[in-house]
Amino acid sequence: MNILNILAEIEKVDPEVYERLDQRRQVFKHFAGFGKKLAAAAVPLAMGSMFQKAYGQSSSLGKQITDVLNFALTLEYLEYYFYDMGVKTRNLFVQADLAAITIIRDDELKHVNFLKAVLGSSAIAPLTANDFDFTGSKGGTRAPLISEVFRYRQNFLALAQAFEDTGVRAYKGGAPLLIENNTVLEAALNIHSVEARHASHIRTMRRGGTQANGLPKSWITGNEGGGPLPSVTAPVYGPGMPADMFPSEANVTQAGVNLTSIPNVTADQASEAFDEPLDMATVLTIASNFLK
Amino acid sequence: MSKVMHDATEAKGLSEELQTPLERRTFLRYTGLGLAVGGLALAGCNDVMEDMSQTQSASATAADMANMVDVGSGDVGVLNYAYALEQLEAAFYAQVLQTQYYNSTSAPQRVALRDIEAHERIHREFFKQAITAAGATPIKDLEVDFSSIDFRTKQGVLSVAKAFEDLGVAAYNGAGKLIKSAAYLTIAGKIVSVEARHAAIIRDFLEYNTFVGPDVVDQNGLEKSMTPAQVVAVANNFLKEGSKLNVSNLPTE
Repeated sequence: MNILNILAEIEKVDPEVYERLDQRRQVFKHFAGFGKKLAAAAVPLAMGSMFQKAYGQSSSLGKQITDVLNFALTLEYLEYYFYDMGVKTRNLFVQADLAAITIIRDDELKHVNFLKAVLGSSAIAPLTANDFDFTGSKGGTRAPLISEVFRYRQNFLALAQAFEDTGVRAYKGGAPLLIENNTVLEAALNIHSVEARHASHIRTMRRGGTQANGLPKSWITGNEGGGPLPSVTAPVYGPGMPADMFPSEANVTQAGVNLTSIPNVTADQASEAFDEPLDMATVLTIASNFLK
Repeated sequence: MSKVMHDATEAKGLSEELQTPLERRTFLRYTGLGLAVGGLALAGCNDVMEDMSQTQSASATAADMANMVDVGSGDVGVLNYAYALEQLEAAFYAQVLQTQYYNSTSAPQRVALRDIEAHERIHREFFKQAITAAGATPIKDLEVDFSSIDFRTKQGVLSVAKAFEDLGVAAYNGAGKLIKSAAYLTIAGKIVSVEARHAAIIRDFLEYNTFVGPDVVDQNGLEKSMTPAQVVAVANNFLKEGSKLNVSNLPTE
């Protein structure tokens, strides 16, 4: 059934249907206006232009905001192609793993499409799978940082954890730069928490599932000893620039409050309770290892 | 109730698939107040939470409001709102750690619940100190009412944990834009991702690979926010009279 017919039918009995579609209601109103001409196959494309209307013309967003969103878009491309290659690699995963990686891959694609739609003509040129080298060898021009990423589950998941934890830190670092635009800020926060859910699950997978004890935990303890591949991933958990604004994940002082002064709180617990933001330059340095 | 029937009758032309959720939502909207509130919250479903919030906020009278805890206005109000939610979560996990369920469940669940209890307690104490340090007054210690929670079973404990964690994430996501100070916005961001990490593992404990899902994330891959009014309509079900939250003075944008 066509989504427009659905909405029209519901509106007959429930005049407030568009309001119930909460933040998307404006989108759907625009959509209904010219939607009849559209075949179902064209819906995703049309949604894109609708989102741009709903979220404001990209030209009016301002350079700071488009810079942050394009930065986020770059990371989403990186994650999407990484997971897509994983999903498409035979025998890399058992079924439960494959289900999870597919869910995450699909979320990342939605993030790519959403950010592209919001940015409109201000979006960076689309990146393709060929723009990335997930071994970190920059297309064979240097020694790989991690070999056989798509052959061994643990290698893949190690990189996945690094990407997700980096993504969480990146959105957190970007949020204050979006503070002037409530709609864009909220959307960025709404992506940020999804990345954190992904990060938690990837960590559970690396631990051996919900029946397994051990490391890594689903949250970040201290600086995680540099992470799953310290020679490559230490910057994911380390300080950014400047370090007082972007401390390492081991930080235990928040807004001047030393959390370890709270009774019965260890430094590990204090560091776990707060994730830390990371600046764009440091994030891009991490990401550029995997861009050709 | 007649309104429910009316809507249902007119909806006849629609497919079954559509009719069902409409009827459910309409039903909840008109009868949700006071009806098996604990049970609804246990479902941990955002749709239910939103419906409950509409009924509840509409029902709050002036007399009710006078007996409520006003979290205040401006950035400090938002901090006190967060402090209230962290009090609720911390109290819940503190009680969980006292249960037979906790003592007898699997080691991975015990480790996770123990960690989460510490994190929520840290969040609570952090807000109390940070609000004081900002020269403002933290709200009082809230008295919780967990009488609707079944602390004996995995399902009872973890379904409420899931509801609280998902609620917390939706609450912080909705509150971010209400904060004027970049520093406080960053603090909220530092906490919300930890709540999301909690939510994911709790959901995975309940059903593997439900760390994320359409109940909390929309078709664009964005997690659904909740407004303070929507959040406290749920949270107030777990707070005693005299500790229920009034968020009507918070900024709305």
